Amino acid sequence: MSTGVKEYIVRTKDLTKEFVLGGTVLKALNAVHLDIRRGEYISIMGPSGSGKSTLFNMIGGLDKPTHGSVFIDETDMAQLDAFELAWLRCRKIGYIFQTFNLIPVMTALENVTLPMIFAGIPSDEAMTKGMKLLEKVGLAERFHHKPTELSGGQQQRVAIARALANDPGIILADEPTGNLDLKTGKEIITLLKQMNTEQGVTVISATHDLKMIDVSDRVVWIRDGKIERIEERSEIEVRVGEMEGEPA
Amino acid sequence: MPRANTDKSGIQRQIMLPWRQSLRMSKQSIFVRLGRAIITASGIFLGIAFLASVLTSSAVLRGQGEYTADVQARNAWLVVMSLLVATVGIVNSMLMSVTERYKEIGTMKCLGALDTFVVRLFLIESCMLGLLGATLGAVLGAGVMSLVLLARFGGSAFTKAGAALTLGGLQLSLLPAIILAIVLGGLLSVLAAIYPAWRAAKMPPAAALRSEI
Repeated sequence: MSTGVKEYIVRTKDLTKEFVLGGTVLKALNAVHLDIRRGEYISIMGPSGSGKSTLFNMIGGLDKPTHGSVFIDETDMAQLDAFELAWLRCRKIGYIFQTFNLIPVMTALENVTLPMIFAGIPSDEAMTKGMKLLEKVGLAERFHHKPTELSGGQQQRVAIARALANDPGIILADEPTGNLDLKTGKEIITLLKQMNTEQGVTVISATHDLKMIDVSDRVVWIRDGKIERIEERSEIEVRVGEMEGEPA
Repeated sequence: MPRANTDKSGIQRQIMLPWRQSLRMSKQSIFVRLGRAIITASGIFLGIAFLASVLTSSAVLRGQGEYTADVQARNAWLVVMSLLVATVGIVNSMLMSVTERYKEIGTMKCLGALDTFVVRLFLIESCMLGLLGATLGAVLGAGVMSLVLLARFGGSAFTKAGAALTLGGLQLSLLPAIILAIVLGGLLSVLAAIYPAWRAAKMPPAAALRSEI
């Protein structure tokens, strides 16, 4: 990164999202202020229905807030037109989902190269880079397999490779371990942390998987659409120590 | 559609989907979901087979001097009805196939696809299916009807029909009918796909991803 490095890669200001359900207004997010530093690994924790996924959608530009704004690299997302928004999704953010969301008709390699094709990278170059990324997530030898021929953990690895395709600044993950067993979930968390430390990519993960706490620089606890508290690394370590003291 | 503008750092900002890739993706989509593709194509196949057979019989009957105003009116009515039914069928199967793929569309948009990419992929797909169905339908419809007419009128059926149908000075018998049927079939299936494809492309990605089928 060059000289113009700004400390915060994502900022939300007064972020509010309302849904109208059967005539009553439900506030999924209620005036959320959240500043996310460049290169940090942040977990957004909370029970289901707390607004985690809504926050994920807002930060990722997948849905529009009712009030308030999201800034990515100090750019207000509300100011972007459809083309710029697509560009942002393509180059700046890598998405990882609970249900993996690979394109079912495409092979692992084709899934990984798709964002590069959208970005205008020539096919050969995209293939080479795609193979490198699959190697990095340990799936190089399965590059020609379709998602249905891969296990959940393997599909999530492909999704991580795909998220990294255009060297984004942010990886946005929505319950990345939600559909995985304990061991596979741990592996995915380790892989995400590895990408975070090796490539300096900011990882923002909405989750209620407590295993995630271990690797997070900060944990944001969210409840009823509001930030309840934010824990820093130092506070977390104490708690993890306590938890490890308990019988497994 | 490589639209490019340059940001502060001088990096070209572009989002694109080359035609070659679009064609490959649409083809792949058809082959992987062959069952559904066959159902969609058979809708247009049946409609166009009927159209081609009516056009063929009209040409021959006109040659034989049996093409009365009565027959003509009835045929026109039948053709319009059959095409309407075929079109509604295609709209329906395109809607189904688009709905089935909301999640895929949402994912593509997360990866940077523009709405136009989504529309384009669906239009190419339906155009391919439409042309395939229409070609098979036109050949089969015209062929079967030709056999029926041959049995009824003998060889004279087509020599006279040739005289009856002139196109730009060229004397043709069944070719114009078949070509018309194919073009119409391709056109109708693209038209039928526009609304479902556009609707899917306009959806916010969050809503598209949320849908569970």
